[in-house]
Amino acid sequence: MITEATLKNKVTDLYKENKDRIFSNDPPEIRKLREDAFNRFLQLDFPTTRLESWKNTDLRKVLEKDYSIMFEPENGNVDLDRIFRCEVPDFDTHIISMYNGWYAYRDKPLIKLQNGTIIGSFGQAMKEYPDLVKKHYNQIAKTDINGLNALNTAYAQDGIFIYVPDGVETYKTIQMVNILDRDDNLFVQNRNLVILGKNSKMTLVHCDDSHNQHASFTNTITEVFMDEGADLKYYKLQNLNNDTSLVNSAFFHQEKDSNLATFAISLNGGLIRNDIHARLNGEGSHADVMGLYLLDKDQHVDNQVHVTHAVPNCTSNELFKGILDDHSSGVFNGHILVEKDAQHTNAFQTNRNILLNDKAMVHSKPFLEIYADDVKCSHGATVGQIDNEALFYIKSRGISEYNAKLLLMYAFAAEVINEISIQPLKDRIDDLVKKRLRGELAVCDQCVLHCKNQEQAYEFKIDMSKI
Amino acid sequence: MLTIKNLHVEIEGKEIIRGLDLEVKAGEVHAIMGPNGTGKSTLAAVIAGREGYDVTEGEIIYNNKELLEMETEERALNGIFLGFQYPVEIPGVSMNNFMRTALNEQRKYRGLDPIPASEFLTQMEEARKLVEIQDKLTNRSVNEGFSGGEKKRNEIFQMAMIKPTLAILDETDSGLDIDALKVVARGVNALKSKDNATIVITHYQRLLEYIIPDFVHVLFDGKIVRSGGRELALELEEKGYEWLKQEA
Repeated sequence: MITEATLKNKVTDLYKENKDRIFSNDPPEIRKLREDAFNRFLQLDFPTTRLESWKNTDLRKVLEKDYSIMFEPENGNVDLDRIFRCEVPDFDTHIISMYNGWYAYRDKPLIKLQNGTIIGSFGQAMKEYPDLVKKHYNQIAKTDINGLNALNTAYAQDGIFIYVPDGVETYKTIQMVNILDRDDNLFVQNRNLVILGKNSKMTLVHCDDSHNQHASFTNTITEVFMDEGADLKYYKLQNLNNDTSLVNSAFFHQEKDSNLATFAISLNGGLIRNDIHARLNGEGSHADVMGLYLLDKDQHVDNQVHVTHAVPNCTSNELFKGILDDHSSGVFNGHILVEKDAQHTNAFQTNRNILLNDKAMVHSKPFLEIYADDVKCSHGATVGQIDNEALFYIKSRGISEYNAKLLLMYAFAAEVINEISIQPLKDRIDDLVKKRLRGELAVCDQCVLHCKNQEQAYEFKIDMSKI
Repeated sequence: MLTIKNLHVEIEGKEIIRGLDLEVKAGEVHAIMGPNGTGKSTLAAVIAGREGYDVTEGEIIYNNKELLEMETEERALNGIFLGFQYPVEIPGVSMNNFMRTALNEQRKYRGLDPIPASEFLTQMEEARKLVEIQDKLTNRSVNEGFSGGEKKRNEIFQMAMIKPTLAILDETDSGLDIDALKVVARGVNALKSKDNATIVITHYQRLLEYIIPDFVHVLFDGKIVRSGGRELALELEEKGYEWLKQEA
């Protein structure tokens, strides 16, 4: 394909021309990783539908567009107050922002708290804490299987770095907001590295938002190392314009008795791909991997979930639900791998979809690969319509068809929302989902978590505590 | 209140109701009896507005309006209530919110503001007492995990909340033990007034020992073959439906 070659040529040329800038913060080992990854990218290329795991997600239109790449941040600090203010009642977060792919607070690139927690720019962390970074960087991510991951490793200069020492519980929810706000189409590749010490605890909210209607292409890798007993709640919220393409690859490595809950909530976006890899590597660890996608128009969301049970006595639970309207399409590919010695594994996986019309489409592929003999595993996938019998029942009580459908769609989505354990965040996401289902959710000029108008309409007031 | 004239109904080309006439006035309780498969539930479904039925002939006039031209929810907003033979489970929608939404839609239709929380709670409490339904059931998802008896009581509970003008109870007695039957009947009797009417559809005479009908109609092969007072129900109980088949 000529068009694919164009972006490939462009990133190849730019890489060669800008090496000095790309390598500027790198310890030598990481420089080598980049070079290896770049060669790997040249072999692998951008993924195409010829690959099994990309069969239903066609990147050709994304790769046809012309993008600019920034090898340096814009000068000076970004006035984030201009972009948004925090207005969620009862939800105090520590906000860290990426602005056009660069850590936004240039004058304070890394904060070290008294309890030893380090939060800030990944680029700066490579300079200030090279040993810490090297220990985990690119250890968890699999960059040799997919061209986009390889390209990210070659290119990524910045992202978020978080280190939580043993026994520390971060006192506030950390909210990372990716803001794209440029007058041209951007190709952004960030790398986030999160290291959680023994028995540490953190909640992370990761927002991908558009702040204008420009096309963009984001290819992000997030690596998370969870040491023994670590506890992470990781909520990903995606509310992007319809010309945005987002590939988020998250890799979690879990040691003994660690506990992960991760959510991918896709409210809007052109093309969204969530690759989620969780490796249960220590006994007694648990992973909840949840997702909700609400699609319309020509939107496309692809969730690829890989849960690996490498050792005995671990549990995992996957629940992904989607509502698809218009010409939208969805993909769910859930792969549970139970390795040979991983006895007493409990692994469950469910994917449920509602198609609101006959043009919408979903590909669901639950997949169990089990090499141990004493395990409990289940998987299930459904694709259906709104239940007409339930619709008639609700309407027969005087509720309009519109509200009856909303009630049923919301009830369907609520199963995922109910798993969110932080009440103010749950309420906020609950509001966003209702707005989305009513078609009222704009791609805000503010972060999804900071929309000003809290949901109040009585016609559809659902008391979550009573469900 | 309700006038049905020469009603013919088909499902997928098969005629189920073949020329049915019925007149129900305010304050009356009508019982429609008959063997299985004679069109009793079809009649209830057509009045409530379920999809999938073709009315090929006849008309239904409800409070001077053409009922068949109204949407399901519009019928409900005008006071029609169907007690389902098989109440539907709706996971994720709590009874509380279901009822609040239903009442608020009813109020909106009448130009009223949403129901104040305290008033809603009082109404819920009264309706619960009437059908002896526990608090915890109304906090759960609609009908989800309810026993057969609880589902039927829940239908009467909803009827008590919505206070319909014309209630059609489709086989509300099926699957109920005698205690649950009494509770359901007591609920229906308590809701009876000179301004509303009830059509009780049943296979057995048993329910009619507790809900005293003003009229009993026997439906057979899509038509009402006989109408009478309460004594007709007793006669059916004694003789069964066989003799009707011969008459028809």
